[in-house]
Amino acid sequence: MALIEARSLVKTYRMGEQVVQALDDVSLDIAQGEFVAIMGASGSGKSTLMNILGCLDRPSSGTLRLAGEEVAGLDGDALASIRNRRIGFVFQQFNLLPRTSAVDNVELPMVYAGVKPAERRTRALAALQRVGLGERAAHTPAELSGGQQQRVAIARALVNQPSLILADEPTGALDTHTSEDIMRLLSELNAQGMTIVMVTHEADIATWARRRVVFRDGRIVEDRLQPPRVAAEAQPA
Amino acid sequence: MNLLTALLSALRALGTNWLRSMLTMLGIIIGVAAVITMIAIGGGAQQRVEEQIKSLGTNIMLVLPGAQTTGGVRLGAQTGQTLTEEDARAIAADVPEVQAAAPSLRTGAQVVAANANWSTSVMGTTPEYLEVRDWPLAAGRSFEEAEQAGSGKVVVLGQTVAQQLFGDDDPIDQVIRVRKVPLQVIGVLARKGQNSMGQDQDDVIVVPLSTYRNRIQGMSAGRIKRVGAISVKVREGQSMQDASDKMRELLRQRHRLQSGADDDFSIRNLTEMLQAQEESSRVMAMLLAAVAGVSLVVGGIGIMNIMLVSVTERTREIGLRMAVGARSRDILGQFLIEAVTLSLVGGAIGIVIGMVATWAIGSLAGWQVLLSAESILLAVGFSAAVGVFFGFYPARRAAALLPIQALRHE
Repeated sequence: MALIEARSLVKTYRMGEQVVQALDDVSLDIAQGEFVAIMGASGSGKSTLMNILGCLDRPSSGTLRLAGEEVAGLDGDALASIRNRRIGFVFQQFNLLPRTSAVDNVELPMVYAGVKPAERRTRALAALQRVGLGERAAHTPAELSGGQQQRVAIARALVNQPSLILADEPTGALDTHTSEDIMRLLSELNAQGMTIVMVTHEADIATWARRRVVFRDGRIVEDRLQPPRVAAEAQPA
Repeated sequence: MNLLTALLSALRALGTNWLRSMLTMLGIIIGVAAVITMIAIGGGAQQRVEEQIKSLGTNIMLVLPGAQTTGGVRLGAQTGQTLTEEDARAIAADVPEVQAAAPSLRTGAQVVAANANWSTSVMGTTPEYLEVRDWPLAAGRSFEEAEQAGSGKVVVLGQTVAQQLFGDDDPIDQVIRVRKVPLQVIGVLARKGQNSMGQDQDDVIVVPLSTYRNRIQGMSAGRIKRVGAISVKVREGQSMQDASDKMRELLRQRHRLQSGADDDFSIRNLTEMLQAQEESSRVMAMLLAAVAGVSLVVGGIGIMNIMLVSVTERTREIGLRMAVGARSRDILGQFLIEAVTLSLVGGAIGIVIGMVATWAIGSLAGWQVLLSAESILLAVGFSAAVGVFFGFYPARRAAALLPIQALRHE
């Protein structure tokens, strides 16, 4: 059984008089442990798919099963619970709470999962350790570099042990060097068994993934596996 | 998300923009402080009137002589000498509603005891007067029948006079002189305090009516039975109006007034006057509190305004919280708690300021104030209600956001 089973997803928006077809009959399976890059020009439907996979938005029609659970017909609270338990989000703009320490930011998903404060702290510190920011737990986002902020966001995505990490242009706000660090961290997590779905429009970044799905006009036009990056590059610097 | 976590995160959110939070709370602070101060001032005024009613005695009426007319010139109230001791006796005997009626005469005089002296008011009356006024003795006894009838040389002192003449010594059985007449002190009245005009009611000495007339005043024979006033106490539960009507009829009859003629006396219902005063001070207190309440509402609108701004500013934060698993009610709760925290912290500061202001007005302006626990509870309850009421709409707006739109918000 695939981790994600999307069948005939359709999403239409009404913009004034016009009806925009953002997703046009998209079916897609993603198995446990995959690292998928979703590519396409802006307006191709890749972000719409991402939002639906992330249970942030509902499809107009079609079905979506996440780890065997049907999600297309669920209400807002049930979707919130699925996001909380199953999905870790990484955003282009990091989306950390300002003036809030790294460890408190990482604790946030556990607050809504109802985890006890002492356990929250332990697990948040462990997650920060895992992304290499154990020393910076007390720093606020303003005191961290962009790459470090994205690491905090990745720690936050990991902390509830989700089935899936959804990364929306994770390197879009970072320089080339830092982008490499972040991608290396993500492929390490993937090597440890984490399923990762990443939206990007940069071909270079997409080469880190093991599978590439390309969108155009709301449809999948390319879906193929790709070889791992050269071993030397994959090694930590 | 439990309440403590929510409260801590609300305090942190408010603390990150503490100047704005303070300014937002200002409306509530002023409102609560105003409500507490105004209720305290109103309550103090009311309490003062109540004390006056208590010190006057209950169900009291005063019968005063009417105007004297000399050659067509009317001289104004109480210039006439139309009331007599017999009128008082008749009122007590013939009007069933009346419990007691006491005739009285009053003058100012210098009183001397050993080497101390004091100018005070001398009142000649009957022991019924103390019954009418609900005025107990602090020490000693009242007049006896023989002293009452035979111009006995005895006197009962008010607290102020006793204090001025004898200090802390026991005045009982001491002798004081009034206009060279030696009088033996047989009793001291309990403290009565000020009357509604602010006069010291304890600055008085009381002698039997006959003693007053024969030894102190030296009345001419023609006016021998005239008195200055008759104090009347109406029985508990009886209508003051009925008593007043019957007294009037009785006195008109006794004074042989023609049916068209004006009264040559006047009857004043003192209790009623004070009750009217109490009523007006209560209305005043409510009015003050209502005006102060308006500022609480204005403060609440300030909170709503800032919470709406805050929801807009933090739309991305709301989106993120939703993305990591916050349900609508978590977001609703978060913003409601922030609004209530704002108003409760403002309320707490307002209570402190209100108490200080009440104290300052009480001690600097010398007004009587009454700080009640109820008014503080009312203010706290009201400020929490303001927080919930005016916080609900912004919080609803936040909770109704769609996660995807909130995340995309620029």
